[in-house]
Amino acid sequence: MDQQRRDVLRLGTVLSLAVVAGVLRPEQARSAQEEWNKKAFDGHTVDDVIKAYGGASAADSDKLALTAPDIAENGAVVPVSVVSHLPKTTQLSILVPNNPNALAATFDFPEGALPEVSTRIKMGKTSAIYVLAQADGKFYTTHKEVKVTLGGCGG
Amino acid sequence: MATRPMRIRAVEKDGVVEVKALMSHIMETGQRKDKDGKVIPAHFIDIVQAKCNDKLVLNAQWGPAVSRDPFLAFKFKGGKKGDKLTLSWKDNEGESRTDTTEIR
Repeated sequence: MDQQRRDVLRLGTVLSLAVVAGVLRPEQARSAQEEWNKKAFDGHTVDDVIKAYGGASAADSDKLALTAPDIAENGAVVPVSVVSHLPKTTQLSILVPNNPNALAATFDFPEGALPEVSTRIKMGKTSAIYVLAQADGKFYTTHKEVKVTLGGCGG
Repeated sequence: MATRPMRIRAVEKDGVVEVKALMSHIMETGQRKDKDGKVIPAHFIDIVQAKCNDKLVLNAQWGPAVSRDPFLAFKFKGGKKGDKLTLSWKDNEGESRTDTTEIR
């Protein structure tokens, strides 16, 4: 009986070690993704964010579609839609360089997910909205100027 | 602080499930000051995950620049009517919420 208990304990140790060592990869990878990327969200420019995600530079791409209003009357609620037609798009980020921190949101697409999202963001003042896409390990951007008549940051 | 349920709609059409969700959250930026001039600390949803029957279909990281009471729409393949769509969020103060709906 005692021996059996010992075996169970031993098995538990082996399993947890396997996770630590990264042998059980899917769970491990997921928990790493769940970590909020402070470095990316602290960035002030598009380049800061590209670097935080491990890239060097990004190319302009016409295969990224960004839908946002020309004029946002209320900077606290700016609707933004992004669609990527780049093959193997794994990540889309929405950035506002004139905000206190550039990055607003990042979306990661596991297999099966379509690389298109819509959300609403805040804009402190008139700025370009940038979309940063990661596709097949490379970075691509597109942008659109949005005029803000009433800022959504500060009070 | 109690959290309020999300409103989620998940509709399948031609093999693609479209999800629309409305969350209830203050999304405080950390930039605003109260009437005494003290900075109101940031309080925002930082991680959002969507699962279809336990399979991850979207993983998002947000900053405080996402609007108050966030709206999110996304699409994925592989879900069918009757499947369970689970949406979870977590904020920077450790609060979290999970809601489930059935794909229609």
